[in-house]
Amino acid sequence: MKTAAQQAPIQRAGEAAGAATGQAKAHDVVLQVRDLAVDIRTHRGTVRAVNSVAFEARAGETLALLGESGCGKSMTAKALAGIMDPVCDLADGEIVLKGTDLAALSAKERLKFAGPELGIVFQDALTALNPVYTVGTQLGEAFRIHRGLNAKQARAEAIDLMKRVGIPEPESRVNSYPHQFSGGMRQRILIAMAVALNPRLLIADEPTTALDVTVQAQIMQLLRKLREEGQMAVILITHDLAVVAEEADSVAVMYAGNVVESGPVSEVFADPRHPYTKGLLESVPVHLERGAKLKSIAGSPPELHDIPAGCVYQSRCPLVQDICRAERPVLRPAAIPSGTEPRPARTAACHFSEEINNV
Amino acid sequence: MSEPLLTIDGVTKTFHVARSASGNTRLKALDGISLTVGRGETLGLVGESGCGKSTLARTLMMLETPDEGTVTFEGTNPFGLRGKELLSWRRRVQMVFQDPFASLNARMNAGDIIAEPWATHRGLYPTSRERQARVSELLHMVGLRPSDARKSPQEFSGGQRQRIGIARALALNPDVIILDEPVSALDLSVQAQVLNLLNELQQELGVSYIFISHDLTVVRHVADRVAVMYLGRIIETGATEEVFDHPRHPYTAALMSASPKLDVSGTRRDRIVLQGELPSPLDPPSGCRFRTRCWKAQDICAEVSPEPQVLAAPDGTKHVAECHFPLDSIKGLTGAAAPAAAVPVQ
Repeated sequence: MKTAAQQAPIQRAGEAAGAATGQAKAHDVVLQVRDLAVDIRTHRGTVRAVNSVAFEARAGETLALLGESGCGKSMTAKALAGIMDPVCDLADGEIVLKGTDLAALSAKERLKFAGPELGIVFQDALTALNPVYTVGTQLGEAFRIHRGLNAKQARAEAIDLMKRVGIPEPESRVNSYPHQFSGGMRQRILIAMAVALNPRLLIADEPTTALDVTVQAQIMQLLRKLREEGQMAVILITHDLAVVAEEADSVAVMYAGNVVESGPVSEVFADPRHPYTKGLLESVPVHLERGAKLKSIAGSPPELHDIPAGCVYQSRCPLVQDICRAERPVLRPAAIPSGTEPRPARTAACHFSEEINNV
Repeated sequence: MSEPLLTIDGVTKTFHVARSASGNTRLKALDGISLTVGRGETLGLVGESGCGKSTLARTLMMLETPDEGTVTFEGTNPFGLRGKELLSWRRRVQMVFQDPFASLNARMNAGDIIAEPWATHRGLYPTSRERQARVSELLHMVGLRPSDARKSPQEFSGGQRQRIGIARALALNPDVIILDEPVSALDLSVQAQVLNLLNELQQELGVSYIFISHDLTVVRHVADRVAVMYLGRIIETGATEEVFDHPRHPYTAALMSASPKLDVSGTRRDRIVLQGELPSPLDPPSGCRFRTRCWKAQDICAEVSPEPQVLAAPDGTKHVAECHFPLDSIKGLTGAAAPAAAVPVQ
């Protein structure tokens, strides 16, 4: 007795694609970050919040920056977008977007160049939107500033954008204020603002953390659709391992300001090469008898003003040796234990990444 | 299952709001909730924001009075109690809150926070020496040091603060602890430590938990039974494995499917993505409350509220769903388990 309408609305992974607009070829490197370092000036002295972070984002792919609170993932995103807090300084590094180093540009040049090319979506849509302007005004802003459109044209573009991100009745809702929308709809508006000028790079900083799980699934579906339509590179910042497993192609795991492991998600999660990644994966209660003791990582991350010499993870690591206290391991290609060649795409910053499965 | 310690039967709670878009000023936060909690059992309560989870928790804490229905705790109705009897009842149901930063008074030290309940329940540990000894013991039980009693909350990390919150809830030796999103504010590695602690405490003390969470992975790990709420109603209950592996209500199936899974095999799975959002509880749909987002909805769903149906579960546990067209049971049992009402009515 089932009719078509009674079938569950199943979303098949990878099916959301519309026609690619041919802006960028899939898998081209859109953004290259090298040696990124961010300092924060505090009353206890300058601390390094992000330290020699490096990664690449590719067109049509999602790179996840994964880490717990305070690991520097949001700071990295803000440094990329050029919206750091005034007490933070870009201490070192290159942020190369389409062949231009954003770190070397003046604020004005950066606005002109990076404004249309880089979009960012924040976690909390209600605080990210301005409560005293209609969503139409806020959505049209990018078109007025970067394309020189007048208010009427910008409004028409805003309505188109609202259609693209699935907001019902855009013609009437364009004049509504942010508080008149639900949490999920506000997040759609924020995403619409970020993709207004078809950027090459979209940074999404915990875009669904504040949302309920069924709405979270809708927003992730929308981000996938937009990524595939525009062949955008997406940097997804999250603390949720399951979101990374489902949404990202590659992952960079951050701990105390450093990338400790990176590589394709399927490889990193199936065979972690850094004890922190391994510890995180084991903290998730899956494939366990109910009530069985979870493995957890003892202790807590170091304070930023108290990061030890040597490896940043030494105080919590089960493999720690003298060399870990003396020398900070650099991110290097992670060897595969069976003696095969190290893969360049996979890196880990650990002196003992080969012995990790012996714990 | 052990004999119920706590029975909730047909509890309804309506709030009056000043005004709303629909002109309706009555918000039915709980609409005929029935549940039981056994001794030493963990009941997982899941649902999205606005579904009534917190109102239910507040009602069980006697912070709200139900309009209809009864709460029975070991044969007595706590809402009929007064004076000393009420006080002694309150001792037996305690709560741990979500936000370990907001829920501890920053101007008190950890020892005073844990000892504060005894200022009301004076008979429990009458002398100051007994109280000090008990604070040390409670700190030890939650994995902190007795010397931590002198520290103030801001000297602790989030996970340690949550341990203090748990110690405070244990201070009155309760029979039931309501855990309202106890680990959702914590980082993953710390979350595992706190879940392990809760599990150890339950085995040691035999306390019952009502575990409210939106994180289905966590609920699956801790709960013996699960109740799924949607717009003020419990739409499905059953043994945890049963509900997770064979959800019968379409909403439960969608919720399970929408929740991201950590699958390291790299295969991307198909999933149900519900359209639309939760309707306003001020203006709930007629009939079945889920019908506006349900892919199986038919005319009857708009006209008749589905009654709870007891469905066969292969392991003999009780599995109840409120749906006119419950999803098929596990392969092989389909047909045998299909109740009469599952035949679509044109």
